[in-house]
Amino acid sequence: MGKYLDIFVGWFGYRLDDWALLTFGTILNILVVVLPVLLAVAMIVWVDRKVWAAIHLRKGPNIVGPFGLLQSFADGLKVFLKETIIPAGANKFLFLLAPALSLIFGLVGWAVIPFGEGVVISDLNVGILYLFAVSSLAVYGIIIAGWASNSRYAFLGAMRSAAQMVSYEVSIGFVLVCVLMCVGSLNLTDVVLAQKNVLFGVNGYFFSGLFPMFIIFFISALAETNRTPFDLPEAEEEIVAGFQIEYSSMSMALFYLGEYANIILMCGMMSILFFGGWLPPFDWEPLYAVPGVIWLFTKMFFFFFCFAWVKMTVPRYRYDQLMRLGWKVFLPISLVWVVLTSGYLVFFGRLAS
Amino acid sequence: MVTAITFYIFATILVGSAIMVVFSKNPVHSVLFLILAFFNAAGLFVLLGAEFVAMILVIVYVGAVAVMFLFVVMMLDINFTELRKGVQDYLPIGLLIGFILLAEMVIIAGGWTMTDGIATAMTTATPPASEVTNTDAIGRVLYTDYIFLFQLAGLILLVAMIGAIVLTHRKRDGVKKQNIGDQVRRRRSDAYEAVDVKPGSGI
Repeated sequence: MGKYLDIFVGWFGYRLDDWALLTFGTILNILVVVLPVLLAVAMIVWVDRKVWAAIHLRKGPNIVGPFGLLQSFADGLKVFLKETIIPAGANKFLFLLAPALSLIFGLVGWAVIPFGEGVVISDLNVGILYLFAVSSLAVYGIIIAGWASNSRYAFLGAMRSAAQMVSYEVSIGFVLVCVLMCVGSLNLTDVVLAQKNVLFGVNGYFFSGLFPMFIIFFISALAETNRTPFDLPEAEEEIVAGFQIEYSSMSMALFYLGEYANIILMCGMMSILFFGGWLPPFDWEPLYAVPGVIWLFTKMFFFFFCFAWVKMTVPRYRYDQLMRLGWKVFLPISLVWVVLTSGYLVFFGRLAS
Repeated sequence: MVTAITFYIFATILVGSAIMVVFSKNPVHSVLFLILAFFNAAGLFVLLGAEFVAMILVIVYVGAVAVMFLFVVMMLDINFTELRKGVQDYLPIGLLIGFILLAEMVIIAGGWTMTDGIATAMTTATPPASEVTNTDAIGRVLYTDYIFLFQLAGLILLVAMIGAIVLTHRKRDGVKKQNIGDQVRRRRSDAYEAVDVKPGSGI
């Protein structure tokens, strides 16, 4: 990301102190990623509602702005003007910390998402582990919210969320192990580049070997982000919005922002790990004329559409069925798949050294 | 200079939150401080250039173990003033264990600095950091020289897990359980039958 620094050196005409420049450049890099992500969250909420509406044969938001595009901003403004109510008996500090945490953990993962070759805030060589760590932290916003609210419903939501996320992380971990064995690196740029020359980014052993793992990853991602059919932590019909029952105004909006930022992050992970990230679907020269970011965003948009589609199509899982799916179905399948993949790679000598 | 400043920031918060784990009145706050301590320890590992260990620390301890701690501490309504009553009785033993730990740490640190050639042994044991990432380096050592110890550790964890399940699992009679396989295998013909009933006569 030295590019931005050079631009700034050009603007100011003289070199700032290295220190100041580094700090300034880093902050700028972060803003260049985070502001579009927040904007994307606002727009993706609109997309979400439009998809639901289409499935319901409704029109969806269509009043504010052209096609209702500004609906999310109107909602945000409304929420700003409301009062933040802190229930008596709530732990005030933790109560206000929880929504902020859930948004922060939704945003920090973007630090390692590559938008093109070398276009990434931090090209960590443990990028996959970092993403895995961040996605496993998302649960803290919910647990702390549930406990600090001092409400039985909120507490039940927090307990459900804790158990659910820990269960599904296990299978996500094994899926990631499969991917990184095929790639031979934990770096996300390497993961994308390993899928070059490959149809849809998932051909060869990527397609045949990892497609079942992609399905497991997709379903586990639904569980990790508390989306239907795994939205038990907030289940309106049983525990009346669960962990967010006591939240109002901006604190509730932060939960939503965090949830959607997490969902887009998961979509990004799916495109990068299984569908070739910023690479075009076919390795055909004219397709490279389209900027890589467009390909990445198209893939992410497709997966987001699937998230919205699933939400309106399937009913909620019962809690014991959720646990059964995580521990008795996904865990054994992904574990066996790790063994099979490693056996295949060793036997055919395709293991990256 | 930057490294030194960040080290002191991380180290201060680490020690401070570790103290708060012991001294905070509310057990849930204790666990939250423990999580803060884990985070800062991960930060220190990153400063050392051991990013693999840092990430694993966050994934395993913060992402899973601490969630379980929180889960248990929140579920059990522990009365800590009741528990603290016996502090004076256990103080001598606690101090003794603390002293032993301290002494062992001093011995390790002393042995580390005084043994001849440990610095060269350390640097030659692994390839230099510029050649391989530390994930690679750990893998190369762990799955070759230390494979038996590694397997042994895994085996011990497995035994512990099976032991916990055997100790807590009890069979109860009269519990209705769902058999997903049966449900999926169920066909329309199993439950439903169309009978042509003539008027005036039963089935």
